[in-house]
Amino acid sequence: MTDLLGLAYWAETSIKLGVALIVIPTAALMLGYLFLLKMMAFMQSRLGPQDVGPYGTLQLIADAVKFLQKEDIHPAAADRRVFRAAPVVVLASSFLLFVVLPTGPDAVVENLDTGIFYAMAVSSLSVLGVLMAGWASANKYALLGGLRAAGQLIAYELPLILAVMGVVIQADSLNLQQIVRAQAEGEIFGFGLIGNPFILTQFVGFLIFMIAAQAELTQTPFDMPVAETELVGGFHVEYTGFRFLLFFMAEVATAFAFSALATVMFLGGWWIPGFDFDAPVLNVLGPVVMLVKILLVAFIIFWIRFTYPRLREDQLQKFAWKVLIPLSLANIVVTGIFKVVL
Amino acid sequence: MPQLPGLLKGLGVTARTAMRTLFPKRGMRTLIPAPQQGSVTVQYPHEKEAPPDRARGVIALHEENCTACMLCSRSCPDWCIYIEGHKVKAPPRRAGGAVRSVNVVDRFDIDYALCMYCGICVEVCPFDALFWTPEYEYSEPHIADLLHDRIRLSEWMETVPEFLDYEPGSEQKVRKVPEFGTDDFAPARKLEAGS
Repeated sequence: MTDLLGLAYWAETSIKLGVALIVIPTAALMLGYLFLLKMMAFMQSRLGPQDVGPYGTLQLIADAVKFLQKEDIHPAAADRRVFRAAPVVVLASSFLLFVVLPTGPDAVVENLDTGIFYAMAVSSLSVLGVLMAGWASANKYALLGGLRAAGQLIAYELPLILAVMGVVIQADSLNLQQIVRAQAEGEIFGFGLIGNPFILTQFVGFLIFMIAAQAELTQTPFDMPVAETELVGGFHVEYTGFRFLLFFMAEVATAFAFSALATVMFLGGWWIPGFDFDAPVLNVLGPVVMLVKILLVAFIIFWIRFTYPRLREDQLQKFAWKVLIPLSLANIVVTGIFKVVL
Repeated sequence: MPQLPGLLKGLGVTARTAMRTLFPKRGMRTLIPAPQQGSVTVQYPHEKEAPPDRARGVIALHEENCTACMLCSRSCPDWCIYIEGHKVKAPPRRAGGAVRSVNVVDRFDIDYALCMYCGICVEVCPFDALFWTPEYEYSEPHIADLLHDRIRLSEWMETVPEFLDYEPGSEQKVRKVPEFGTDDFAPARKLEAGS
């Protein structure tokens, strides 16, 4: 981006910061309204919010204003400093995820060489925040929720990373731009018009990634850490007002970021068939294409969320260790063999 | 793997429900989203819901029938009915008869903040002084205002619906006092079984 616009470092950084500060809440609001409110309502034969703004579009903003008005309550026995820091850690983890997401040949905040490695590392930071919240609340339900979150996120981090490994082997790079390029320049049996989106060659990897992401985002059927019927909300049971809002925002924003990661790794990213890979016009068209694909992936995530009931804790662990991890290891082996042979 | 068909079927159910809610119209106008017609919910403040038959909305008091016998108050599980009364002398029914004493209701309050709408008071009243009405719009900004006094309770009488015939098969339950010597008289049956 520096080369393209010729801006000073500070100007470029402040532009990127501004864009990120606009994009992340907008993304959270969009997913929240489209899927959490409206799609869930339609799937349950309801209408969803109707009265705030046209078709209830401003409902989440009204909710945010309501949360901001509420009293900031700490439990008497809480570890106040950790209790206050926890939601910030969770939100920071999802903000950091947005840093490496590419939306065009130059439209990326920071084009790291180890992009996907960085994304995986940063996404697991949120576990720390959840554990902090569970521990510092001095509440048995919150603590149980935090411990469940830790156990679950560790179990599902592994298949997630192993699923990504297949893509990395095939693309020969950890850099997300290079992964997009590998898909754009790939060919399917000599037919290169639409490139080679890795969902075709890495379909098993895509399935594992989506299932593990579902657990990583603690969405139903893997929402034991926040199970409201057993743990009355889990780790965020003691949070009120804007700290609770931060947790909520982080949840939806992370769902957006994971959809974006799946898009970049499996659906061909921002590249449009027929365009030159480095064409500057893709800096404008790329984000639009990305958004469409992200909404598609997010639709699947929330569709699964609204369909299935919650799994039991042991079923969850069994599924991760006995099914997903062996499957993803086999996927890596097969991918490696094909990479060497072909 | 045996769960897979069921899982896919579940996804199909939610997707179909969403489509049916969004696009309820058939024929040419199939693709116009019309969730207002497709949803099964009633948009309550904008449109009123029609309560079903025998809906338990609020209890009305027919004050002339009440004798302050306290049966309803004593049978109420929540103790939310407050009754006070006094006796007055009334002229004899027939010429030359004794002077009667009649109960007059001074206070008859139902606290709807406590009431759990079980309907035992309506069932137990032997003088047909209490009735269910289907009205449900009587929320109040202050909880104390949910205590309806006898004037307010009598006003609900206007909304009491016509008596509905009992549903077929419910006659057994309607007959309150079983006749002695018949099969319905439970103690008699028990005695026979014991001997």
